Amino acid sequence: MTVTADRPAQAPAGRPRRPAGRGRRLRRLRERAPLTYAGLLLTVLLSLFPLWWMLVIATRTTDAVARFPPVLLPGGEFAANTGRLFGNAGAHFTLGLWNSFVASATVSLSVVLFCSLAGFALAKLRFPGRNGFTVAVVVTMAVPVQVGIIPLLVLMQWLGWRGELQAVIVPFLVSGFGVFMMRQYAAQGVPDELLEAARIDGCSTLRTFWSVVLPVLRPAMVVLGLLTFMQTWNEFIWAVAVLTPDNPTVQFSINQLNESAYARDFSLMFTGAAYATLPLLILFAVFGRRLVGRIMEGAVKA
Amino acid sequence: MTAASRAPQDARRGTDRAARLRAALDTKAAPYAFIAPFFLLFGVFGLFPLLYTAWVSLHDWSLIGGNEGFIGLENYRVLLGDAKFWNALLNTLGIFAIAVVPQLLAALLLADGLNRIVRGRGLFQIALIIPYVTSIAAMAIVFSTLFGTEYGMVNQVLGVFGIDPVNWRGGRLSSWAAIAVMVDWRWTGYNTLIYLAAMQAVPKDLYEAAALDGASALRRFWRITVPMMRPTILFTVIISTIGQMQLFTEPAVFDTGGAMAGGTQGQYQTVMMLVFQEAFRYGDYGYGSAVSWVLFLVIVVLGLINVLLTGRIKGAS
Repeated sequence: MTVTADRPAQAPAGRPRRPAGRGRRLRRLRERAPLTYAGLLLTVLLSLFPLWWMLVIATRTTDAVARFPPVLLPGGEFAANTGRLFGNAGAHFTLGLWNSFVASATVSLSVVLFCSLAGFALAKLRFPGRNGFTVAVVVTMAVPVQVGIIPLLVLMQWLGWRGELQAVIVPFLVSGFGVFMMRQYAAQGVPDELLEAARIDGCSTLRTFWSVVLPVLRPAMVVLGLLTFMQTWNEFIWAVAVLTPDNPTVQFSINQLNESAYARDFSLMFTGAAYATLPLLILFAVFGRRLVGRIMEGAVKA
Repeated sequence: MTAASRAPQDARRGTDRAARLRAALDTKAAPYAFIAPFFLLFGVFGLFPLLYTAWVSLHDWSLIGGNEGFIGLENYRVLLGDAKFWNALLNTLGIFAIAVVPQLLAALLLADGLNRIVRGRGLFQIALIIPYVTSIAAMAIVFSTLFGTEYGMVNQVLGVFGIDPVNWRGGRLSSWAAIAVMVDWRWTGYNTLIYLAAMQAVPKDLYEAAALDGASALRRFWRITVPMMRPTILFTVIISTIGQMQLFTEPAVFDTGGAMAGGTQGQYQTVMMLVFQEAFRYGDYGYGSAVSWVLFLVIVVLGLINVLLTGRIKGAS
């Protein structure tokens, strides 16, 4: 590597740009680029191949799975497979898709609203116990909630919610991670002067939150909503534990196809998998850039 | 804000004590009202089940009979002598080890690569994060098919290189490897982006000083980049630990029988699969809760070990 002393020593903190020296950049590119690009391209191919193959098999008949050399281009069976999928008596796929939409949308809206409220309060309002509550939120983030599924199931039985859609909605209406994320964002993004101005104007705290704070928080709310939607959509162990095969979520439904005892119908399973993935990919196409940005800021937990 | 124009007059009217009282109450009570939904809901559906798990684990408690009495640590005594529990713990730790180490190393290398290039970086970032936004169960179905013994594409490709077909579900290491591939496929890109962000925040003058001292690129990577990223690496290790100890969806879908047995010999039954099997297949809530609670303790201990180890490395260097 070459030594360069042609730019100021200190780099800007936060999100620094690439070094400014153009000569250096070109030389680095020439030195490093081919191997680096090859490695990255290979990784991208590996990342996308399973998705591509899912689409290929979803558009073909089941025997395509086993053919060698492998079939790598889509066929014309997608409509037929879709018909079989939605008509499959054991999978209840249509209901599963609908249930997952309702659950994911409800949970996302609730998480975004409640976490914004709490995050704003913890970041910007002064009240006794604030630090303690903030620490409590951080601790809840580390709690592996899955560990509590047995008592949660007992709780659902008491409530009579076993097998009902609300069983996969109500337990997830808030998230410690969400509060933490909104708190961090509000602490940086909401200027105290703005709150002070609203207060002098006689706004109540709720009014201030609604008209002043929420608009500022919107970028973080979008990402939190997207992540929550993904998480709820993907919820598996809890759905399988508490729901029944005739009222499933979409994940539960495709797992039914996967487990059905008779001859395994791969194109049917893969069509189901494709429909279970598609909504997430569409959301990603719309909001993906923002998601990447937030992950890069270290603001997103798994 | 429409209130803005009216407010000064209101303030001048000052004598309105009710309004001032309301404002004071608002200032005092609003913060608690704002955080209440979170703490209430988390308390009922997050904290209570976790603590109640410990309580249930001290009872003879089944799906059919309900709570049949306090039995103290009996479930834990059984657990310590239960080969199935140790097997599941071994599987979980084994899959964790062979998944997470390559995953984080690959993420470091990829992040370093992304950090070097200029053109196309944004596109690569998007492409690498796509696996993270897919449906876990759906992709587990796809991977399970890829790892099929007779028809699976992985075996077909291995065959091209003269390697005999592997029975991926049959062996312990082979099934661990297949599951680890699913996990890494999903999470490598995510960790790459986190590492990339941390790398970009390393002050550039450190590199220049090292370069002036004649340190090689590799040396700079290990002596500057990695140490500067220690908090980030610790973050990803802890997040991965918490997640992987609860690994369920990938092995459960890989096991097409639906019994949560994790293969014929339980060679890839994870702890969460055992919890599921004991509690929801066999209906033994008490024992399932004991397994859950031990898993929770394992996660806490591993988290503490992570923090301590990192602290010591920090102290040593």
